[in-house]
Amino acid sequence: MTVTSSRTDAATPLVPQAPAAVPAVPAATVTFSIDGIETTVPKGTLVIRAAEELGIAIPRFCDHPLLAPVGACRQCLVEVWAPGRDGNLSKMPKPQPSCALEATPGMQVKTQHTSAEADKAQHGVMEFLLINHPLDCPVCDKGGECPLQNQAMSNGRATSRFIDVKRTYPKPINVSTQILLDRERCILCQRCTRFSEEVAGDPFIDLQMRGAVQQIGTFDTHVLDFAGEAPAGPATLDVSGKPFSSYFSGNTVQICPVGALTSAAYRFRSRPFDLVSTPSIAEHDSNGSAIRIDHRRGVVLRRQAGDDPAVNQEFITDKDRFAFTWQVAADRLTTPLVRRDGELEPVSWQEALDVAADGLAAAQRADGTAHGVAVLPGGRVTLEDAYAYSKFARTVLGTNDVDHRARPHSPEEEQFLGHAVAGRTLQVTFSDLASAPAVLLAGLEAEEEGGILFVRLRQAVRARKQRVLSVAPFATRGLERLSGTLLPAAPGTEAEVLDGLVAGSSDSLLSDAAAALTAPGAVVLVGERLAGAPGALSAALRLAERTGAKLAWVPRRAGERGAVEAGTLPGLLPGGRPVDDSAARVDLAAVWGVDSLPAERGRSLTEILAAAEAGLLGGLVVGGLELADLPDPAQARRALEAVPFVVSLEVRASEVTALADVVLPVAPPVEKAGTFVTWEGRPRPFPQALASHQMADHRVLDLLADALGEPLGLQTVAAVHAELDQLGGWDGARVPAPAVDAAQPPAVPDGSAVLATWHQLVDAGRLQTGEPFLAGTAKRPVARVSAATAAAAGVADGGSLTVATQAGSITLPVLVTDMPDRVVWLPTNSVGSAVRDALGADAGAVVRLSAAALDIVGGVTADATGEGVTA
Amino acid sequence: MTTLTPVLSAHWDADKSWTMATYEKNGGYKGLRAALAMEPSAVIAAVKDSGLRGRGGAGFPTGMKWSFLPAPDGGPRYLVVNADESEPGTCKDIPLMLASPQELIEGIAITSYAIGCHHAFVYVRGEVLHVARRLHQAVAEAYAKGYLGKNVMGTGFDLEVTVHSGAGAYICGEETALLDSLEGLRGQPRLKPPFPAVAGLYARPTVVNNVETIASVPGILRGGASWFTAMGTERSTGHGLFSLSGHVQRPGQYEAPLGITLRELLDLAGGVREGHQLKFWTPGGSSTPIFTAEHLDVPLDYESVGKAGSMLGTRALQIFDETTSVVRAVTRWTAFYKHESCGKCTPCREGTYWLLQVLQRLEAGQGAEGDIELLLDQCDNILGRAFCALGDGATSPITSAVKYFREEFEAGMHTPADVLFPPERSSLFAYTPRPRKAQLAGVH
Repeated sequence: MTVTSSRTDAATPLVPQAPAAVPAVPAATVTFSIDGIETTVPKGTLVIRAAEELGIAIPRFCDHPLLAPVGACRQCLVEVWAPGRDGNLSKMPKPQPSCALEATPGMQVKTQHTSAEADKAQHGVMEFLLINHPLDCPVCDKGGECPLQNQAMSNGRATSRFIDVKRTYPKPINVSTQILLDRERCILCQRCTRFSEEVAGDPFIDLQMRGAVQQIGTFDTHVLDFAGEAPAGPATLDVSGKPFSSYFSGNTVQICPVGALTSAAYRFRSRPFDLVSTPSIAEHDSNGSAIRIDHRRGVVLRRQAGDDPAVNQEFITDKDRFAFTWQVAADRLTTPLVRRDGELEPVSWQEALDVAADGLAAAQRADGTAHGVAVLPGGRVTLEDAYAYSKFARTVLGTNDVDHRARPHSPEEEQFLGHAVAGRTLQVTFSDLASAPAVLLAGLEAEEEGGILFVRLRQAVRARKQRVLSVAPFATRGLERLSGTLLPAAPGTEAEVLDGLVAGSSDSLLSDAAAALTAPGAVVLVGERLAGAPGALSAALRLAERTGAKLAWVPRRAGERGAVEAGTLPGLLPGGRPVDDSAARVDLAAVWGVDSLPAERGRSLTEILAAAEAGLLGGLVVGGLELADLPDPAQARRALEAVPFVVSLEVRASEVTALADVVLPVAPPVEKAGTFVTWEGRPRPFPQALASHQMADHRVLDLLADALGEPLGLQTVAAVHAELDQLGGWDGARVPAPAVDAAQPPAVPDGSAVLATWHQLVDAGRLQTGEPFLAGTAKRPVARVSAATAAAAGVADGGSLTVATQAGSITLPVLVTDMPDRVVWLPTNSVGSAVRDALGADAGAVVRLSAAALDIVGGVTADATGEGVTA
Repeated sequence: MTTLTPVLSAHWDADKSWTMATYEKNGGYKGLRAALAMEPSAVIAAVKDSGLRGRGGAGFPTGMKWSFLPAPDGGPRYLVVNADESEPGTCKDIPLMLASPQELIEGIAITSYAIGCHHAFVYVRGEVLHVARRLHQAVAEAYAKGYLGKNVMGTGFDLEVTVHSGAGAYICGEETALLDSLEGLRGQPRLKPPFPAVAGLYARPTVVNNVETIASVPGILRGGASWFTAMGTERSTGHGLFSLSGHVQRPGQYEAPLGITLRELLDLAGGVREGHQLKFWTPGGSSTPIFTAEHLDVPLDYESVGKAGSMLGTRALQIFDETTSVVRAVTRWTAFYKHESCGKCTPCREGTYWLLQVLQRLEAGQGAEGDIELLLDQCDNILGRAFCALGDGATSPITSAVKYFREEFEAGMHTPADVLFPPERSSLFAYTPRPRKAQLAGVH
């Protein structure tokens, strides 16, 4: 039995809950009966769905509500009577598969409950399914939650008549490092192959052979020679001959109705009936996918997709599913640490808080050049934690020097967020995307940076021929699987391309795209990367204005949107209240019970670090962020060394904690309750899954504020919510729209190229460590250049290219790609390609290209921590 | 006494019967000329009036099938000829295409004109390479003569014909699996609806017809519907190829009106093997329930055969005399179905796998108590539960054989079939049976 705990409710006027979905009124309905119970359903409803609504369980295997019906397993056969042309009811000669049969008026369906024929048919099919199924149940991962096991009990024979020889296979096959296939357990329902083809668009395995030896199969490794997005670890080939590389493969394990597909990470780890399940929200991206955390004796053993039709339906990315071991990594911080004689020493909470408070108070008081304390919460915070950082900075530290953006950012972006994002929740939602006639992606790779966003777009592309447009330097495989149109843009020219999207443009590609976006319901989605392209966010606003398309901002990290709402930006207070607006400050000061709030705009993360490096900052409070993720990691390191006093709130030891004076351990998501806010602005509250001594950031900040003598009043989640309720939204003036002109593209001398880069979904991120099976499914890092650029650099396709700046270099195998000349693309943070750290540069920078002295063999080498995977 | 009515096979004995010259000399392409002078709807009406029914086994009225196509919407419509003849015992289309391929091509041209198709496909069984070659040659000859291609015979009607060879799968004779295979996909039957008439090849309106059906169309256009209906019975009109094989004196193709009896056909074929008696036979290939000597006078038309408990099918008359073990024959057929099950649906995939193991036990004389009831129950669990007709067809020989020869199955509890019926006795030529395999079941 699975135990679930209830979900906390955290809707507040600041980030209001999405209204309950109103079921669409069907255009036409059908009235018919199942087992004598009359029911009325929308026209086109399958009998099996209608039966579910009535609470009649018809056994099934191949049927899945999110996949097209196939009628292959024949387990759901029912007896059907339907009126003929003469109006007389007559029995269909054969029992019908209820999963593939649409209800028609006057139809009378008799399930196994009322029809001996249906019951016999179902027993017969079940017996056939079991003849070749191994008696693995006692050691099978699925045993205990297995549809075959359960339905064999409910709709099968008590004894077997099969005394013959079973079909056997060697087991298992490694489809990828993560997905294992036991062919003899497979009942060939094709859910996995249909999912891969219909939902993910990664048909990695398919049926092969026929008859009883038909099997889900892997393909000859030399079917086609293929160079491209190969996974880092060993994997079998897909139907096109490409190595299986899918970010959604874990879903096949979950929807497999038997134990044929298992995950390497979970195989033989536990029994389902020993697990306690807690519904939660994935912390890896801004989609807020519903997940289920399955844990046993205080240890998380696996995560499954939750069922939330409004957000992720029943699917999640492999990162959401498998990347959870970071929360129990060996470098987890368990006690507060204080630096003494240059070394961090474990101390009591009281001592640590006192030291931190003294240090921060001294930093604020300091009357030399280095004075004042700034706050860098990082982008992974919950809404509650972000709010605490925001309030802590303003009321306790008396500063607006707070910026959660641990990534390239710009003043234009902040203005954009204040103008178009903050306080405007749920203006574009997944359901808007589902019905949009066209979606433009700008600075956003739906698959790599969105995950489930890609799945939802692909669904609309397949179901309704939604038009997807992408402003990017090249068409990724993700865009191809969205049947998308590329609007080519070298990095830095995004603004130019967005401004060029006008009806009647001489460029037919652009005028077509502009026309598509004028269709009612069209959506423009901008990614966080657009902050690095001067003028692009201003251009996106102009585009939305011009075409009437809705605009939404899709950041990567789970905490970004909530942090914007909580006002952890130098010019923005909670709820979109501008710092510059005195009425907004007065409104907020009243709620916070302070006389006044700092009126001066604060400094952005880059400005804060620059000030720190220059010796102009007294102290820093840093939340969960990686220095290597910052726009200039080298500068950040110098800044943290220069700043006199650093307090770090972290889950695990990091570069920041290594440079901190006081380290206060905080709880990872699994050990605290909180709320992530999706890119849509949808609150996604989650409960604490595991009992823990660790405290959430808001609780630690509350204690720190107490130690500083300025109580914050945010001790509990309930207290935070009460305050958010009181605070509410803001209906005053907003930050004005940014109007930044496009920057002139830089001159690119011979031997150089403009850098394009974005994150891969599965890469070398800190939240993916300790999961080697997942790491093996990451795409092997490659450098992409056009054929002409490769030739100019003297590198052949597959050869090694060195990309260099003053700061350093990265060498990767080249993948010649159809893209603009003199542009080079690198994955931002993959094994062997830490762009910001190694190059000190980001998208739009000019970098030098040269042939590598030595070719990289195999593409990837293990990194120092052993977390990388060798090909 | 019914006599032969050679129409399709009329000139098979001519010198180089497969050439265009021979075909034209014997009235070839008169039917197409007649059709092109008519409105397409009139061609469909003529075929409807003729009562021609599908010769591929199901016997669906051909004209009605054509008229199911939705009204033209400007997009393509296709004719696909099912030449994937693979049923054990069925051997009519292959000799037809070998001896008189132009008959089929003329039929394709007429049918395409009638249904508004400008690109027709012939899906030919890939194993019969000689037939595929002959078809390719015949299509090339028809193009050269202007019967195919742009502006057919100066009428402005365009028609392309593509001959496609299958890769060897019985299931691809099922029309929707054939369409998937033709599209380059894995050959497995499609969920219906939509039916091919609405969304067939490349999701466009498509007519799928058997070779013999299409090849019968030119004759109807030449001779008229009444000429056609003069042959056969009231509801099973016209001529058909009856393929006699097995323990018969002169095996071969006998083209006769529908409604002829096996007794008449055997007379024409010189009777059962010298010195032997008829034991059982299939009226329409191995997936039709078997008949015995008591059915010798059943008229071989759709209705009469159906009433007698079997199906006319493809008129593949496999004749077995008293030296044959019915258990052994049924086991071989079942091995075929097990091997050819496409694997899509559970009953056919798992059921045929299991059936074969039980039958192999019985054939080896090692049957267990209750095996016959088990066989019948397995068949009951497959029949009508499978995705397509292949599963149903696999059960027919078993249930009918148990019905007529239950005692032979009972003997399988103790005596091997090759002891009761030494195989060399049923052989038509010098034959040394291979020793029985020690391993029985689960071999694949």
